[in-house]
Amino acid sequence: MEHGRADAVHAVEASGVGKVFAGRSGEVVALTDVDLTVRAGEFVSLIGPSGCGKSTLLRLIADLDGASSGALTVFGKPAHQARLDQDYGIAFQQAGLLPWRTVAENIALPLELHRVGKEQRRARVAELAELVHLGDFVDRHPDQLSGGMQQRVAIARALAASPKLLLMDEPFGALDEMTREYLQSELTRIAAETGAAVVFVTHSIPEAVFLSDRVVVMSPRPGRITDIVEMPFAGERDEALRESPAYFERVTAVREALHGAPVERANER
Amino acid sequence: MSAVTAGARDGWLRVAAPVAVGVLGLLLWFLVVDVLEAAPRMLPSPIAIAEELVLRSGIIAEDMAVTATNALLGLGVGAVAALVLAGLAMASRPVDGMLAPIVAAIAVVPIVAVTPILNTMFGASSQFGRVAVAALAAFVPIFVNVLRGLRQTRPVHRDLLRASAATGWQRFRVLTLPTALPYLTTGLRIAGSLAVISALVAEYFGGPADGIGTAIATYAKSGRASLAWAYVAGGIAIGLVFFLVTALLERLATRRSPQ
Repeated sequence: MEHGRADAVHAVEASGVGKVFAGRSGEVVALTDVDLTVRAGEFVSLIGPSGCGKSTLLRLIADLDGASSGALTVFGKPAHQARLDQDYGIAFQQAGLLPWRTVAENIALPLELHRVGKEQRRARVAELAELVHLGDFVDRHPDQLSGGMQQRVAIARALAASPKLLLMDEPFGALDEMTREYLQSELTRIAAETGAAVVFVTHSIPEAVFLSDRVVVMSPRPGRITDIVEMPFAGERDEALRESPAYFERVTAVREALHGAPVERANER
Repeated sequence: MSAVTAGARDGWLRVAAPVAVGVLGLLLWFLVVDVLEAAPRMLPSPIAIAEELVLRSGIIAEDMAVTATNALLGLGVGAVAALVLAGLAMASRPVDGMLAPIVAAIAVVPIVAVTPILNTMFGASSQFGRVAVAALAAFVPIFVNVLRGLRQTRPVHRDLLRASAATGWQRFRVLTLPTALPYLTTGLRIAGSLAVISALVAEYFGGPADGIGTAIATYAKSGRASLAWAYVAGGIAIGLVFFLVTALLERLATRRSPQ
């Protein structure tokens, strides 16, 4: 935490945020009354059953959709301005690489769109390719890579403009368990090396517990935040953690928060 | 090992089978015309046609150049018009609505039907009518394919470019156009053959006294069957070149397309 000034401004600040989609059969409330703060450099996971609005919340932060109500700021700016300023990088469940571009050209895309010079671009791509351990593959095309490698390219691309916020929408959802655990460890390292805050959407409890400083538990109909569970694992996210009793204790805590005892729920309301 | 030899044999068969059919056909043709002498009046022997082809290669090549140039110009003009209009139709719904009936009309009207009118309109010394016919014929398949291609961008790619704060022009250049490229080349492949046929057939209906079509019509009427057929061979050659080049372009473009 050397950047004292950056810490003063929160990466994401949402208060009373809601989203209503106009459907054919009337309005659908996707998200209601969301209050959430993500501090600079913090790793926050959004977890919940499908329809709980976790992806919708991520899309609102990314300004891919506009909020219907409430206030949403990214590094103190409106989400729209933060998007134009490239304050965040984003990765989706599908890697979404452009198939006619090489790995290097895909990673460089955000830089190219913002008219970063050729030399600077080349240097940054080399750096990023090393960061995601794909240095030998920069000249390949996406169809020559495995799913896990494609996802690593997508992460490198998201980091291209050195954003201080990384938005990830189930980036490992389509991968097998082995690749998934490997990439989780990689992401932990990358987040630590870059110092970026991460908002990570997932439906896997162990994944959320392993990666996060805080796990935000959401619930559907209407989509809302029901609980926020703290994870005390800063600096010890290695393979040993996956076997530790403390880890399982947190997994259980998140699972209970997800399923919730009926009595507690009644009290909350 | 056996899979390899089976693959090699399949590859060999793919070349040998059509060649065998061609040789057999030529032999049969030769047999009917030269040995049995049972051919209809306008069907000369393949040897006679080959002789004319060699003997008149200079003039045939000149006429081929005329027809091929008309077809190529028509294909180019048709492709550019189709690209620009498809781009406009994609960008603006009203333009799309206005263009749809025009394109349907062009697609439905048999282009050959208006050829005599165009030829007379632009005069007996101008190639313009022929180029226009080829351009009209080429326009439709390219427009239809490109317009479809421009609408094939995937949501994840659109989200990515929006998240990267790309401008409208950047999105078009980086995503929409490359996505549409395989569709453009498919349109070009279909339009290429159409342009050659149209440019050639247009020559049957007047215009300057050059080109493959004019020569075929002239020599067929005057009963010089071998020479007429030699010109037909020239027309086939033009069609083949157009097809092979556009098919190659299509193959290059689809190599790295999505899915």
